[in-house]
Amino acid sequence: MTAAHTPVPLLEARALSFLRQDEPVFAPLDFQLHAGELALVEGDNGSGKTTLLRILAGLLHVGEGELNWRGQPLQRDTCAGEILFLGHQLGLKADLSPRENLQIAAGLFGCRDGTSVISVLGEIGLNGYEDEPVRRLSAGQKKRAALARLLLLPATLWLLDEPYANLDRTGIALVNQLLETHTTTGGAALVTSHGAVSFHGGEPRHIRMHA
Amino acid sequence: MSHPGLLTACAAMLRRDLTLAWRRRGDIAMPVLYALIVTMLFPFALGPEDTLLQRIAGGVVLVTVLLAMLLALDAMFSSDIEDGSLEQLVLAPQPLALMLGMKILAHWLTTALPLIVIAPLLAAMLHLPGAVIPVLLLALLLATPLLSLLGAVLVALTAGTRRSGMLLALMLLPLCVPAVIFAAGAVAAAQQGLPWLAPIAWLGAALVLAVVLAPLACAAALRIALDA
Repeated sequence: MTAAHTPVPLLEARALSFLRQDEPVFAPLDFQLHAGELALVEGDNGSGKTTLLRILAGLLHVGEGELNWRGQPLQRDTCAGEILFLGHQLGLKADLSPRENLQIAAGLFGCRDGTSVISVLGEIGLNGYEDEPVRRLSAGQKKRAALARLLLLPATLWLLDEPYANLDRTGIALVNQLLETHTTTGGAALVTSHGAVSFHGGEPRHIRMHA
Repeated sequence: MSHPGLLTACAAMLRRDLTLAWRRRGDIAMPVLYALIVTMLFPFALGPEDTLLQRIAGGVVLVTVLLAMLLALDAMFSSDIEDGSLEQLVLAPQPLALMLGMKILAHWLTTALPLIVIAPLLAAMLHLPGAVIPVLLLALLLATPLLSLLGAVLVALTAGTRRSGMLLALMLLPLCVPAVIFAAGAVAAAQQGLPWLAPIAWLGAALVLAVVLAPLACAAALRIALDA
């Protein structure tokens, strides 16, 4: 097998760690993520799951080790717009409606072919709430409004921090459905979760974190 | 995969911030009311003597407008940091400095422009001669964006700290001294019938420099704030 036949992983970490005041936040990590793969990041509270996702999104600097994006060191301008990060803070303006929030996201990141703000809001289950200010939505509906970005924006790698939090059963099924569609169409996702993930498209890769 | 053009992204940012400001119209009115009240107090405190008020009118209006702008300054990035919008903005495939430039422009439109609109009224309350008012407006049109831009850099630098309001005022006031000197100098020169173009030109030069450099400094400072 030559190097030409091994596909270059979308994301590759080698002995990746992060230092906060010279203390490592988590033990060095090694993993690869190829297109079409889903990885579950597991670990106790405070084990650095969110920190890892923020590093992979390019919000935090790599402490030690290597982080490669399509075989090249991860840099902001090479992966800009290809990585979609959904953190604990949902990135929604409370005074704007879900529709207006999505329009801004589309204005910055662009839209997938064949999607529109309105169709995406219907798909995510926010029919009838398109023009309600986000501050008046329930926690689960806010989460759905943020998750609508996954359907709308043309990103390859999804970094989802606790995407199941606050969601009801149909919402959880919806996220699983989104992940399945995304991975079968050549995307990849990294998900942190405390809940059980019932993912149908094959066994997800597990990334175990230790403080 | 193609990203939206710069114009689309700029328009989206500008529209977002203007819509947000419109939804909170009360906040826009605050600096305007503040400036009105402060200017109204001067004739009461100093007496309604024309010559004295006329002499200080230009300076009082300038200082009042600059201080009123300070009121709204520290909210420029704080809500975006709290709700995670800034993270999304940093990750967007658009130049962050340009997007922040749009935010600063929106901030100037919503806080400084209403103040400039009422500036002739403030000047009239202090008996500033009508012929000088265009010079005052010109000075304000150049000095207020300069203050917005300098302020934005400092807001970005103090973004991580709590209670940044006082710190911000302490850091910003020395920086706006040159702007006040040149703007007030132009108004005073116009009042005495002297040429007033030179100080205005200096303000313009400083503004051009700030327009180019301040958004870049903002972007760098906010990236550091998110990195912490």
